[in-house]
Amino acid sequence: MTPTRRKRLALVAVIVLGVGAATAVAITALNDNMLYFVSPSDVYADAAPPDRRIRLGGLVAAGSVKRDPDSLAVAFMVTDGRHEVPVSFEGILPDLFREGQGVIAHGHLDGTGRFHADEVLARHDETYMPPEVMRSLEAAGHPPEASES
Amino acid sequence: MIFHRLKVGFHRLGSPPTFHKLCRILSPWLWAGFVACTAIGLYQALYVVPPDYQQGDSFRILYIHVPAAWQAMAGYVIMAILAAIALVWRIRTVEIMTMAAAPVGAAFTALCLATGSLWGKPMWGTWWAWDARLTSMLVLLFIYLGIMGLYAAFEDRRKGARVACILVLVGLVNIPLIHFSVEWWTTLHQGSTINLFGESKMHPSMLPPLIWMAIAVKLMFGGALLDRSRNDLVDQDRRKRWIRDVIGEEA
Repeated sequence: MTPTRRKRLALVAVIVLGVGAATAVAITALNDNMLYFVSPSDVYADAAPPDRRIRLGGLVAAGSVKRDPDSLAVAFMVTDGRHEVPVSFEGILPDLFREGQGVIAHGHLDGTGRFHADEVLARHDETYMPPEVMRSLEAAGHPPEASES
Repeated sequence: MIFHRLKVGFHRLGSPPTFHKLCRILSPWLWAGFVACTAIGLYQALYVVPPDYQQGDSFRILYIHVPAAWQAMAGYVIMAILAAIALVWRIRTVEIMTMAAAPVGAAFTALCLATGSLWGKPMWGTWWAWDARLTSMLVLLFIYLGIMGLYAAFEDRRKGARVACILVLVGLVNIPLIHFSVEWWTTLHQGSTINLFGESKMHPSMLPPLIWMAIAVKLMFGGALLDRSRNDLVDQDRRKRWIRDVIGEEA
């Protein structure tokens, strides 16, 4: 390799490493702002101020969904296994919404610790399998862990 | 001895007539392979593979979405390697190939974003969310478009290619960000289903069409890359004697 080419190769390496290092610093500084949602435990730990809009993510607690028969209002608990936050919502829920399913609710906490959502999104995990496999897993007593990563 | 012949062969590719000939011979094979793999892959994806336990038949869009996303990122890595070679060795055919890769990569990125959006509406309940995965993928599209724009903005094509190659290297930092976005931050997008160095979260009966489609998009990327490179080369050299020889030979 000629000296000129060696110099250019070094320049290429400097560009890639330099931009990488700069980005790593920026990303570390912005880390908290890159989160799309916070968990119920975060809500408890931070004592999130009422009326600040946040996204709350977790699983819909089993047996917690209560629908109002006369309107679109629905109430449920969002859990991460350690803490639960009660959520109320009025509107159409996504098809994947069900108990045990991951959801992300966008809204705010009121003074009593209840979360008022104006948008509820369903979050599915990375597992894909045919229904028969799921049924045999359930029959064997090993339903796959609904993972929240 | 073998190394020497490889080196000579590599340097011959820098010669426009040899490069032109190689593209013309290779590209139909790549396109034919793409058509065959896509046919097998789509047939399996739509008729053979069982529906998903949660998402039913909707999950089948994954067989377009995921290969497109992989190719958008793999295409960028290939483009960055070409850019490094182009900057260090200043080989004109490599500069042309680097610039030819950008529109193809941009097309795969756009396809990934469009199919993701179509999939997101029924499953998540929204077309778009500003989470780390979706946003970094949108940034990738803008980087691709920026490279194309920068290249086109220069009167002197070689100068434009060299400047755009630097932008290619700068944008490379986005690729690990896209990949790890679902691990480092909370996102609406799911985590990785397929892990090369670990357990995949997809039932083996659903895997074959994904592999066929992944091969198919690689072949298509190669075919489109060679065709675009050849076109750009012919356009740049249209007044040169070797082109007249080649065209004369074809006509």
